[in-house]
Amino acid sequence: MAIHLTKESKVLVQGMTGGEGMKHTRRMLAAGTDVVGGVNPRKAGRRVDFDVPQSLNGLGGAPSSVPVFGSVAEGMDATGADVTVVFVPPAFAKYAVVEAADAGIGLAVVITEGIPVHDSVAFLDHARRRSTRVIGPNCPGLITPGQSNAGIIPADIAKPGPVGLVSKSGTLTYQLMYELRDTGFSTCVGIGGDPVVGTTHIDCLAAFQDDPDTELIVLIGEIGGDAEERAAAYIRDHVTKPVVGYIAGFTAPEGRTMGHAGAIVSGSSGTARAKQEALEAAGVRVGATPTETARQVLAVLDV
Amino acid sequence: MDLYEHQARELFAEHGIVVPRAEITGSPKQAREIARRIGGRVVVKAQVRTGGRGKAGGVKLAADPAAAELTARQILGMNIKGHTVRTVMVAQPVDIAEEFYVSYVLDRTAGRFLAIASAEGGMDIEEVAATRPEAVARIPVDPAEGVTTATAARIADAAGLPPRTVDVLVRLWEVLVREDALLVEVNPLVRTRDGAVVALDGKVTLDDNARFRRARRYDEDDSGHDPLEAAATAKGLNYVKLDGEVGIIGNGAGLVMSTLDVVAGCGARPANFLDIGGGASAQVMADGLSVVLADPSVRSVFVNVFGGITACDAVADGIVRALDTVRLTKPLVVRLDGNNAARGRAVLDGRAHPLVEQVTTMDGAASRAAHLATTP
Repeated sequence: MAIHLTKESKVLVQGMTGGEGMKHTRRMLAAGTDVVGGVNPRKAGRRVDFDVPQSLNGLGGAPSSVPVFGSVAEGMDATGADVTVVFVPPAFAKYAVVEAADAGIGLAVVITEGIPVHDSVAFLDHARRRSTRVIGPNCPGLITPGQSNAGIIPADIAKPGPVGLVSKSGTLTYQLMYELRDTGFSTCVGIGGDPVVGTTHIDCLAAFQDDPDTELIVLIGEIGGDAEERAAAYIRDHVTKPVVGYIAGFTAPEGRTMGHAGAIVSGSSGTARAKQEALEAAGVRVGATPTETARQVLAVLDV
Repeated sequence: MDLYEHQARELFAEHGIVVPRAEITGSPKQAREIARRIGGRVVVKAQVRTGGRGKAGGVKLAADPAAAELTARQILGMNIKGHTVRTVMVAQPVDIAEEFYVSYVLDRTAGRFLAIASAEGGMDIEEVAATRPEAVARIPVDPAEGVTTATAARIADAAGLPPRTVDVLVRLWEVLVREDALLVEVNPLVRTRDGAVVALDGKVTLDDNARFRRARRYDEDDSGHDPLEAAATAKGLNYVKLDGEVGIIGNGAGLVMSTLDVVAGCGARPANFLDIGGGASAQVMADGLSVVLADPSVRSVFVNVFGGITACDAVADGIVRALDTVRLTKPLVVRLDGNNAARGRAVLDGRAHPLVEQVTTMDGAASRAAHLATTP
């Protein structure tokens, strides 16, 4: 099962013919993703050949020739695509997502970093009205190990397994995946560190709660906003599966942005301490370090 | 980035919002001249990018040009919450009948902007919201529609502002959209005794992501910034100076934040936040090391890299080449894990620098770096 992405997912890549798009399309193919097309109006009708390496988990290995379509709608008509991964540069990302939502795609994974917030607000609103789920922007995407990878999460880190993971941070996701590589994951979702994002911790908690493949949920948060506090309230009321949490940013000074545009403590709100307390009050075990968090997961799973 | 009050004032004026007559200067003598030009009695206001100027004594009324010079002399050079006052705004006083509060802020949870307005202006709005929440109107703005005259009328009505403020609310929204701002705030917005609506103070936060399409350029200045941060910014590094003794370099904002916490958990204090991102080339590593080592309070440096997309051997190459250009003066603890970690560790072992040591786990490496920084 997994959430939002399975081996049945047919994936388009907007911005596939750019540098990042090429590099990560090759990696996605190697991870077993069914990449059915790229989108670029100036290169429509061509095909791009990928020499796909065999990945460590035995997927990929066969060369692949991917067609380029002039629009998302065209690509969907021709292939039945239901997911798009967006690598389009910041200045044009808004138009890419609006186009995908207008075409009626189910899921848009926006990897692009540095999109103006007014653009994100506009395309998220547009997508919401058309029932397109957006993951990101400024996120590493999501992976269902052994099945499909939509984005830039390294696919070789971890195998399939019972842990569902949702995180604001890319590298912390990789770190936790690595710590729990022998246990494995149903799906890992990087929701992104921007101030506004399309899919929240709560959306993923709800999906993991309903996913029979997920036995335990790992929630990684960081300073800024109140998404973790809201997630804690949601867990208390709606999640019966065990949740293990990790929060980054206890040592962050007030009023300074720590790398991610959304990672800022304003006054007493958005602090790591407040988030940890909210999660613990909802019965979530919160690890002191990523490694300790992984140990808590193993203890709960009793492996 | 946050704008200075005088920059916000200029933007407001450009968009047709009435602001008091004012000029800025860094010289007390010129403050006297400006006061003379705009009518004698003036307000002298410190230009710093932080709140609480009034309480800190950074805003003062001066009765005449001579007093304006004296007041400017007192305020210039003041330190307000770590920000040095380099310029003052000398402004015409306004005859206030009523004070209001209006702002547009990003509502992160709803993913849209929120209009906040109150008929109780001139005070700390968070205090008003906490003690008398009914006095503060919060109206979400539809992203597709923006603030039309009808929306503005609804905002004014909800907050109990006079109809004359509707036009300002529409223009303020234009400032937010055209300038790609994340926040515009006017506190206070005043009605004068002769009936004009004037923006007496302004705060604007611009979206750094929109810099590429903004016509106007703002110089990043260094007042209120640490010299190390200025040096790091000049090199394009994502660096925040902190107060500790363990220098931190890592890849990815979340992992670096986590690294600071883990070091703090080992009983030492992190000296900085530095995210070198995914690429981690030799140049970036050398730049990062030179900034971190230039901090005199740093006693050890912890390089924490998880190779996800980045390969650890490339990072190790970067460190080795950086060691050719930067003289290492303090012990360096390196933890490489993930993609090509074994090869990366071998590269560093091959370099065999006496001050570089490797620890394979994040917690172990943090503990080692903390120990090196706290042991005499």
